[in-house]
Order: sequence, then structure tokens, then C-alpha cells
Amino acid sequence: MASTTRPPLVKGSRAARSTIALKLLMAASGLLFIAFVLGHMYGNLKAFAGEETFNEYAHHLRVLGEPLLPYSGFLWIMRVGLLVALVVHVGSAVALARRAAKARPVKYAVKKNNGSSFSSRTMRWGGVTILIFIVWHLLNFTIVKINPSNGDTGGENPYRLLVDTFDTPWMTVIYLLAMAALALHLHHGTFSSLQTLGFTNSATSRARARAAGWVVAIVVAGGFSLVPLSVLVGIIEK
Amino acid sequence: MKLTLKIWRQENAAAQGAMRTYELDGVSSDMSFLEMLDLLNEQLVTGGEEPVAFDSDCREGICGMCSLMINGEAHGPEVTTTCQLHMRSFSDGDTITIEPWRAEPFPVIKDLVVDRSAFDRIIQSGGFISANTGSAPEANSVPAPRDKAMRAFNVATCIGCGACVAACPNGSASLFLGAKITHLGELPQGQPERWTRVVDMVGQHDHEGFGGCTNIGECASACPKEIPLDVISQLNKDLRTALKNGH
Amino acid sequence: MAAGTHYLPGLTETNTPSVQTSDDAAGYYELGDKLVDPHAPTGPIAERWTTRKFENRLVNPANRRKLDIIIVGTGLAGGAAAATLGEAGYNVKSFCYQDSPRRAHSIAAQGGINAAKNYKEDGDSTYRLFYDTVKGGDYRSRESNVYRLAEVSANIIDQCVAQGVPFAREYGGLLDNRSFGGVQVSRTFYARGQTGQQLLIGAYQAMERQVAAGTVEQFTRHEMLDLIVIDGKARGIVARDMVTGAIETHLADVVVLASGGYGNVFYLSTNAMGSNVMAAWRAHRKGAYMANPCYTQIHPTCIPISGAHQSKLTLMSESLRNDGRIWVPKKAEDCEKDPRDIPEEDRDYYLERIYPSFGNLVPRDIASRAAKYMCDEGRGVGPAIEEPQPDGTTKMVRRGVYLDFADAIKRLGKDGVEEKYDNLLDMYERITGENPYEVPMRIYPAVHYVMGGLWVDYELRSNIDGLFVTGEANFSDHGANRLGASALMQGLADGYFVLPNTIREYLADGPFEKIDDTHPEVKATLDAVNERVATLMSINGTRSVESIHKELGSIMWEYCGMERTEEGLKLAIEKIKQLRKEFWTNVRVLGSPESLNQDLEKANRVADFIELGELMCIDALNRRESCGGHFRAESQTEDGEALRHDDEFAYVAAWEWGGDSNDGGKPILHKEDLIYTAIELKQRSYK
Ligand SMILES: Cc1cc2nc3c(=O)[nH]c(=O)nc-3n(C[C@H](O)[C@H](O)[C@H](O)COP(=O)(O)OP(=O)(O)OC[C@H]3O[C@@H](n4cnc5c(N)ncnc54)[C@H](O)[C@@H]3O)c2cc1C
Ligand code: HEM
Ligand code: HEM
Ligand code: SF4
Ligand code: F3S
Ligand code: FES
Repeated sequence: MASTTRPPLVKGSRAARSTIALKLLMAASGLLFIAFVLGHMYGNLKAFAGEETFNEYAHHLRVLGEPLLPYSGFLWIMRVGLLVALVVHVGSAVALARRAAKARPVKYAVKKNNGSSFSSRTMRWGGVTILIFIVWHLLNFTIVKINPSNGDTGGENPYRLLVDTFDTPWMTVIYLLAMAALALHLHHGTFSSLQTLGFTNSATSRARARAAGWVVAIVVAGGFSLVPLSVLVGIIEK
Repeated sequence: MKLTLKIWRQENAAAQGAMRTYELDGVSSDMSFLEMLDLLNEQLVTGGEEPVAFDSDCREGICGMCSLMINGEAHGPEVTTTCQLHMRSFSDGDTITIEPWRAEPFPVIKDLVVDRSAFDRIIQSGGFISANTGSAPEANSVPAPRDKAMRAFNVATCIGCGACVAACPNGSASLFLGAKITHLGELPQGQPERWTRVVDMVGQHDHEGFGGCTNIGECASACPKEIPLDVISQLNKDLRTALKNGH
Repeated sequence: MAAGTHYLPGLTETNTPSVQTSDDAAGYYELGDKLVDPHAPTGPIAERWTTRKFENRLVNPANRRKLDIIIVGTGLAGGAAAATLGEAGYNVKSFCYQDSPRRAHSIAAQGGINAAKNYKEDGDSTYRLFYDTVKGGDYRSRESNVYRLAEVSANIIDQCVAQGVPFAREYGGLLDNRSFGGVQVSRTFYARGQTGQQLLIGAYQAMERQVAAGTVEQFTRHEMLDLIVIDGKARGIVARDMVTGAIETHLADVVVLASGGYGNVFYLSTNAMGSNVMAAWRAHRKGAYMANPCYTQIHPTCIPISGAHQSKLTLMSESLRNDGRIWVPKKAEDCEKDPRDIPEEDRDYYLERIYPSFGNLVPRDIASRAAKYMCDEGRGVGPAIEEPQPDGTTKMVRRGVYLDFADAIKRLGKDGVEEKYDNLLDMYERITGENPYEVPMRIYPAVHYVMGGLWVDYELRSNIDGLFVTGEANFSDHGANRLGASALMQGLADGYFVLPNTIREYLADGPFEKIDDTHPEVKATLDAVNERVATLMSINGTRSVESIHKELGSIMWEYCGMERTEEGLKLAIEKIKQLRKEFWTNVRVLGSPESLNQDLEKANRVADFIELGELMCIDALNRRESCGGHFRAESQTEDGEALRHDDEFAYVAAWEWGGDSNDGGKPILHKEDLIYTAIELKQRSYK
């Protein structure tokens, strides 16, 4: 019995109320995001195929599942899913961050990092960056359709909005920065979600998960970046 | 060699602490880090100042009593315990910053000494196999596959030092927890209590105020016994299975 | 005793009680009555323990809750006992000075644990383990105790495996064994080089389970400073909460000491920094007998001292001697040279030279002494270290001999050596900074284990009612020398199987009369402890506790170490008396007693070490024979081998506290005859 008063033994612990359960939620929502960004990136690449294909794809998304689903039904299901996932993901991230802050109330005067990647240590900032980006991105492309170059929202022609947007260099810079943040987040996030789900029980599986982190990060961020860069240099134009 | 030491001094758990600077001469490179502190203490006592309190017992890297954050690294720059760290890892004229483990569940008792009883309570909550004395079957009646037994052994070497917590930016004890879960979970004898064990131990871990793990990996690189990160994956997996089984 | 009259009823003895004719320690002690184990079993040796377990009374489970047991120590002996007695339903209070029970020094044991399982079908049996242990102890242990130890050894392995101790296994999944310590059968169970750690974690976890169940209450960072004895019965302890400094009393129906060994009386040893004799010594001062205190085991393969700063020594497994060759330079002037530059003809492979048939594999004590002689001659290697001389001057001496793997590397290849000894060689490199694959390793003997300890009878009871002693803290099973891998066995045997079966016989008479803090004897003990602490804090002299401990260590090592002589021991006793005065008048303890104060902790321990050191020297002085770990230069064969004197010394020397020697007190010697019925006494020989 130590003389400092410490917490007693807890009774009736539940798996669902543990930090690991929060982590499982994060991993699940994170994987959903990965699936989404992969799909989204693939869609964006259609911009290389020209205005028609791209707009057709955007239209296709809206009529997907018809007549089973109403117009835009699939999109709404996805949106609700993403929104719920976002709330869960961000909510868990906040809960874990607060726990962590409480667990180390006094900081070290000197602290070195030896075993961790830059990406793993910047998950929280990266997440916030992405969140801000998403808000802006949605204002930009779906909710308000802000067109910073000429104010033309493009109506039913998302291709135009896209090209106009990235014709504006500072917009491209914002997007590229966001992609860098996303790359970092995914680099650690991919590995982390596999580790959290318990799929990395050996050195080899862990190495594979780390490799997957690199692949996902490069493919997603690289794939996304192609479109703005191409617009900027004129490969894609109206 | 001659060193400048910046050391955390704190009278007791309730007191405010502060870093103090000391100059120490005559340090030999064959000294262990703790012998270097012994030398400092001898000098302090001679000068009428209270010696620096720090924990150590076996001084051969096995009991887990020693701690210390040395220049921002748990147990210092080598993969070993502080008691097995030697001064040849430093050079003449170095400034060395020495701090206690920092974590809410490891409150400072004095100077560099912290209270790690939280680890005992985590074990109390389920870190065992219930086998009353005298009730054991003949040892060879239950063979244990060699690879599993090896894995169990490799992680059973955890010395409960707390370096993983000290190094983790989240103040999480997941490596310690994972090591015990993996050790007991790999053995046939550990199966009956496997799912309740992980739930109870994680519950106690959280209750003590340790942070959650975000798979940063500082813990494993600070661990003097080189417990690998896969024990945390195993821990997560076991908890997930327990969740599925309704615990 | 006349021929034909039997000492033990119904049994045929193989020896007669010895009669001591020499009296080297005359004037240093008083002779007390002979001592007889009041609970010695009789009957055929193989049935003694079974019969005893059956005869000992049981305690009704409902009554167990009302019985309080204090256990000091959480090593294998104390941890296992706390777990087992907790499971049985007693109220256990467990104490240790570390911050967790898991850190008791049992954790440091490397080699393994013996058990007569005969899994290898190589002819092992309970009797063989018993025989090897008695012989290994140089016929200075009690045969009934040792037989019981061998008997329960198999249950230990079953118990540990059930708890999840990850012993080494073969490919088929069954347990692996190796041979250890020069024994011809493979009966040592091991978990790589960390057997002690794994066994202790097993016991610790079993104990923590009882803490959760509420049967065991755990007091970490609590140090026992005194024993409370009321009406001749041990009824509690006085302990200091090392965090707050509070001095507390804890009362119980029975007290168990499992506080480990006192090797740190030598300052440098392979024991943990905190290992101490206080618990045992305080009990001794309260009347418990201290048995064979001079029996210490010195291990030949430790990493040598690198300078005056050295705080402890590290053991390297003995197995290194299987492939390494031990040598020193022939010429003292070569000692400073790089060993690789010393040609073959200038090297002295002294063990191979002196003991051609055993070579580097001679027993521990021989190898240790030979290394000492080489260094005494000035042929030691490694850094020269200042050593105090009898005349008060100091001298620079090199304390180390080479353990060379060059030939082994030629024979097995570097990979072969690496595979066999990797972690040991790594540890060596970490500590010394030298690469053993390139430069010969340096080794030197160090104090490692003490066979002496508090006297107990067959039931592990000391001579104070209600005080039981287990593990390394008692003297019981290893005689004058302990075989490798059998201390772990003894600790767990005592803790899991023996004590729980013998303590119930005592507790069947309980619960004893209730006692509380207001009892005058409790108060008196508490006051005495408070006074002692206050005195230590108030001396405010000029010397650090550490420096006094170092000085004691060098006296002990010089005169009561590997080789002991009448002259040296007498000198040592005088020096220790002086040192005691110095301590009590000139020590300096800073800080406050009302908080964590490591200097104060140390001062308490060193004060007792000084008193113990004196008794060890007196015991060594009295025992004018060489047996096991005790080598008296006056008692050796022509070839310099140990010579036992069964006719004079086949007894246990149990010492009673006779008062402070500075006030004229002298310890009182009680002899317990060692009578063998199942084994015949033989002289050890290496021919
Ligand atoms: C380096 C090394 C290697 C060894 N290798 C082997 C081996 O391979 N095989 C083998 O069989 N044996 C080996 N031994 C010997 C063996 O490890 C010990 O003899 C045995 O573990 C002692 O166990 P114990 O329970 O009696 O005491 P310990 O494990 O020493 O425990 C003592 C306990 O008492 C407590 N304590 C002490 N004093 C006080 C006090 N005043 N107040 C409160 N608590 C107190 C301590 O906190 C601790 O919990 C080795 C020993 C050493 C040092
Ligand atoms: C929308 C895009 C996002 C994707 C694709 C994504 C993906 C992921 C993934 C896969 C993980 C790993 C989960 C795990 O460890 O088990 C993760 C973790 C995390 N995410 Fe996100 N996330 C996104 C958005 C966000 C946002 C908006 C935030 C923050 C506010 C955020 C904050 C975090 C944090 C703090 C972690 C914790 C680190 C961890 O658990 O490893 N993420 N994210
Ligand atoms: C350079 C990179 C990107 C480009 C060019 C881009 C382009 C677009 C476009 C054109 C739309 C509108 C599609 C439509 O309405 O049919 C859109 C929608 C969207 N994008 Fe992106 N995007 C990029 C990166 C991202 C990233 C990194 C995320 C998430 C982390 C993201 C999340 C979304 C979301 C949530 C929508 C809204 C989908 C909906 O509900 O309609 N985008 N994006
Ligand atoms: S996992 Fe490693 S760092 Fe953590 S307590 Fe165990 S040994 Fe120490
Ligand atoms: S550093 Fe911390 S975040 Fe997890 S992987 Fe290790 S516990
Ligand atoms: S003091 Fe025991 S591990 Fe360092």
C-alpha cells in the first residue's frame, strides 16, 4: 500500500467502455475514410478524360442505385455515413487527446523521439488541418460552390468549377498543403488502424502494415494532387 | 570527465519541484550512470546538502526498479536500463538533464523517485492465471507449442520499469499491458481467463489515468527489454475478441 | 556416545556427535546449551514429510479469516507463501522495501531451478537430488530438511507451469532440462538466463491475485525495523513507511521472515543494493538464533571491479567456464600489457596446471581461491585498485584473471560461441566496454549467496514462538555450500509447500490473545525504534553511511572472505568494533526522517551489518575447519584443499545474542549436532 492515495481496483470493467474501444471506433471510421478518399481520388482522375466523362461520372454518382434509391440517394447515404464516421472519428480523437493531456500533466524539460515517425506525432494537428480543409472544400465544391476566379458556380458542370478553381494558384497551394497533411495522416493512420484492429501481431505483418501506410499515403495524396497540378500547368483545361 | 548535471529536485509529493544544476568532476567512463549519481551524492553529503533520491536495487538490469529520463530518453541513450548504462556513453563536458518519469499515474514521491504502484494494481485486476497452490496437474500433461512458449517467454521478460509510459507521448501503459496479455494469452494455461483478463486489465489501466495508445511507437524503442509493438496489436485483438464475446 | 546407543530413536546413525577440541574463538563467546530440533521428524527418511503433513493439525476455514499473518519479504519464499496462505483464507500482510513485490532480489537468479522430475530418464530421483544436495553442502545440513526439499521439488515445477511460467521447452512442447553446477543428471528447469525472474513473476502474480481477493494486504516501500515479541511470542513488527517516514506497528498472530540474504555485509556482492540483514538481525537481537553466519558462497565468474566507485558486482553464468580458458601472465610486469600481445609461453593457465584432471571446471570455491592467490601474488589483470592493508596503509592491486575464448572461437567459430553465450557476452561488453570476442574477458570472484541465516527447526520455526523463517533468510537446507539452481528450489519449496503445512500446526492454537498498540511491549518496541532513528539523525558527524559500509566491506572481504585465518579474523573483529564506534559517533545522515530518506534507510541497514560482521568473524574463528564456502587456511590438505573436521564440527553453530560487544556482551553458542542416518559422511576429493 503506497502512502500516496491512489485509485482502488475497479470492478465490472466493460470492453465497450475502454480506450481501446474508442480506438477501434477510430480505426473503423478511419478505414471508411480511406475507402472514401480512394474512391474520390479515382473519380477525380476522370478529369483527365475530359469534361464530359467527368461530369457524366458526377451525374452517375447521383443516379446510382436508381430506381431503388431516389436521385442522389446513394450520395446521401454516403454523406450520412461519412458524417457519422466523422463525428465518431473526431469525437474519439478529442476524447483520446484529452486523456493523453491528463496523463502527462507535467511536461519534460527535454524529450527526444526515437521510435516514432513524424506522421504519428502529428495525427492530431493533421486531423484538425484536414477538418478545416474539408469545411473549405465543401464550401468550394458542393455546398456553396465558391469559385474564386470568376464567381461562376458551374451549375451542373462540376468540371468547370474544378478547372477554374485550380487555375487560381493560391487555391492550388491550399489543396496541395492539405494533401500533404492528408498524406501524413494516412501514412500513420493506415498502419495505426491495422495495429488497432489487431492485424499486426508479428514483425512481418507490422512491416507490411507500415508499407501499406506508405502506399496509401502516396497513392491518395499523389493521385489527388495530379488534378490541381495538371490544371495549373495546363494539361487539363476547359 | 567533468559534467554539468541538471536534476529535478522535489522535496515530496506535495511540494513544487525545480531543476537544479550541479557540476561534477572525476567521473570515470567505467562508472555506471547510477554510480555517477552515487558520486554526486557523496559530494553533496560532504557539502551538507541532501543527496538526490533515485530508485535502484538490482543494478543489473532485471528488477525494474531504476528509472530516470536522461536527456529526454527513458533509461538514457542505450537500449538498456539506467543501471546498466555506463558513462562511456557520454563525453567530457556534457550537460545531462535528469528528470523523473512523468505521468499522472506515476506521481513523484521525491526528486527522481516515482510511485509505480499503478502497475501492481493492473496486475491485481487480472494479470495472473488462477492456479491455487497444490491444485496443479503434472507439468508435462499439458504440452505448450514451442513457438508459442517462445513468444510468451520473449514478452514475459518485461521488468515493469515503466519506461514505456515515460516515453509515450500519450502516457499510455499499453506496452506493459500488451506484454502481460501476450505472455499469458500464448500459453494453454492462460486460455480460460483470457477474455475477462484483457477487459479487466484494460479497465484498470484506463482507471489509473494512463493515456490511450495511438500507436506512436516510442514505448517499444525505450523498452530496455525490447518488447515489440506487436504485443499492443495482440492486446487490441484480444480486447476486440472479448468485445465480440460480450465482455 | 557409547557404540550401539542410538541418538535418534529407532534409527541407525552413520556418525556420532562431534566433540570440539580446538577453541580459536575462546574469549569471544560463551558456550550455551546444546540445541535440539524440537520438531525433528523420525521414521524412514522418505516418509517423514508425508507423516508430518498428516500429523500437523488443520485450521478450520472459518477460523482462518481470524488469523493474521505477517510476511516480511516478497521474494520466492515470501511471495509464494503470501499467495498460498492468502488462498487458504488467512489474513496476510506482506511487506517489502521495494516499490513492488515483483522486484525482490530473487528476480536476479539466472541459471535455473532443480527438480527431481527425471524427465530425461537419466537416473535422477528424489534420493539422488537429496544426496547431491547434502554432499554439495559438505555434510553440514540437516538430512531430513534436505530430503523434504528434494521431495517437493517436483510439485514446484507443476505449480509454476500452471501459473504460466514460460520454462524452456523442446520441439514437442514438453519441458526442457539442462545439467547445472557439475551435477551428472539434467534436472535443471530454466527460462533462458532469467529463471529467477520468471519464477518470481509467477509468485508475484499469484500474490497479486490474492491482494485483489482481499486476503493479502500489500505494504510496499515498508521496511521492517524491529520485531515485537510479547510473552515469548512474536506478535508483530515495527515498520517504517519509506515514503512518509511514519514508523508504524503491525500486529499479528504469527510473523514470517522471508527477507533474503545478507551478502551485502561485504559491501560488494551480487546482491541488490537494498538487500539487508535488518529483519533477521532485529529478530536475532530479540532472541532468535543466528546459525552458521560465516557460511558464504563466493562465485568465481563475476565481472571484476573497475574502480573505487563500484557499487555492486554482476554475476556471469558459470557455464562460461565450459569453453573459456582461465589464465594470468606468468610475469607480473606483463600485467599491464594488452593480453593479445602476451605470447603463449608467457601465460599461466593456472587451473589447468594445478588441477590437471578438472582444469577450468574445478568447483566454485577452488576456482575462486586460486584467482585470489594469483592476484595476491601480483599477477592479476585489469585496473589496479587501491586496497587497504592490515597495517592501515593502502596498496594498488589488480583484481582480475583472464577468461579467454580465443581457443573456443577457433574450435567452434565465432558463431558457435555467439550461439552458446551471446547474451552473457553482450552483458559483459555493456558493463566493461570491451569486446569479449576480441579481448579476453576478465573475471573475479564475488560474494553471491549466504548459507547462514536464522536458525529454524524442521517446521521452519525459529526458537522464538510464532516466528517462522523461510528462503535465504534461514540457514536450513544448504549446509556449508549451496549447489547451483537449488536456492530457487528452496525458496519456492518453503513458500508454496512447507510453510503452509507447518504454520497451521502453530496456528491451530490461535487466534492468540488480542493485542493492540497500547500494549506496553508494543509501545516499548516502537519507542526503541523511534529513538534509534532519532539518534541516527542527530549524530551529524562527518562520514557518509556509504563510506562506512565500504570500509566494513573491505574488512569482511579481506579477512572473512575467500580465505580466513585465525590471525586475520581476530584483527577483523577489532577493526569492526572500532568501525562500530566510528559509525555511532561520526556518521552523517542528512534530510528529514519524515519523508523518503535513502540515507537513513541505508544507515539503519549498515548499523546492523556491522554487528553481523562481527558475529560472522567470531563464527568463522570458532570453526577451525574448511567446509564448503568456509575455508580456514589452518585446515587444508598438503595440496591446499579444504579439510573438514567432522569429529569436531559436524554441528550447526546457532548463536544467541549476548548483548552489545562494546558493553562486554558476548554471543552465546548453541550447538546442534548433525546426525546422519540415510547418508554416510565422506571427504570431498578432486583426485
Ligand atoms: C545474481 C544472482 C544469481 C542467482 N542465481 C541463482 C540460480 O540460478 N539458481 C538458484 O537456485 N539460485 C540463484 N541465486 C540465489 C537465489 O536467487 C536467492 O537465494 C533466492 O532467490 C532468495 O530468495 P528469498 O525469497 O529468500 O529472498 P529475496 O528474493 O532476496 O527477497 C527478499 C525480500 O525481503 C524483503 N526485505 C528484506 N529486508 C526487508 C526489511 N527489513 N523489511 C521489509 N522487507 C524486507 C525484500 O523487499 C524482498 O522482498 C542467485 C542469486 C543471485 C544474487
Ligand atoms: C477525412 C479524412 C480522414 C481520414 C481519412 C482519417 C483517417 C484516419 C485513420 C485511418 C486513423 C487511424 C485509426 C487508428 O489508429 O486506429 C486516424 C486516426 C486519427 N485521426 Fe483521422 N482521418 C481523417 C480525418 C480526421 C480528422 C478530421 C481528424 C481530426 C480532427 C482526425 C484525427 C485523427 C486522430 C487524432 C487520429 C489518432 C491517431 C490514431 O488513432 O492512430 N482524422 N485517422
Ligand atoms: C485535389 C483534391 C480534390 C479534388 C480535386 C476534389 C474535388 C471534389 C469535387 C469536384 C467535388 C464535388 C463532386 C460533386 O459534387 O459531384 C468534391 C466533393 C467532395 N470532396 Fe473532394 N476533392 C479533393 C480532395 C478531397 C479530400 C482530400 C477530401 C477528404 C478528406 C474530399 C472530400 C470531399 C467530400 C466529402 C465531398 C462531398 C461529396 C458529397 O457529399 O457530395 N475531397 N471534391
Ligand atoms: S514493457 Fe518494457 S518499458 Fe514497459 S515496463 Fe515492461 S520492460 Fe519496462
Ligand atoms: S508510444 Fe504510446 S501511443 Fe502507443 S505505441 Fe507506444 S503506447
Ligand atoms: S536497478 Fe534493477 S533494473 Fe536497474
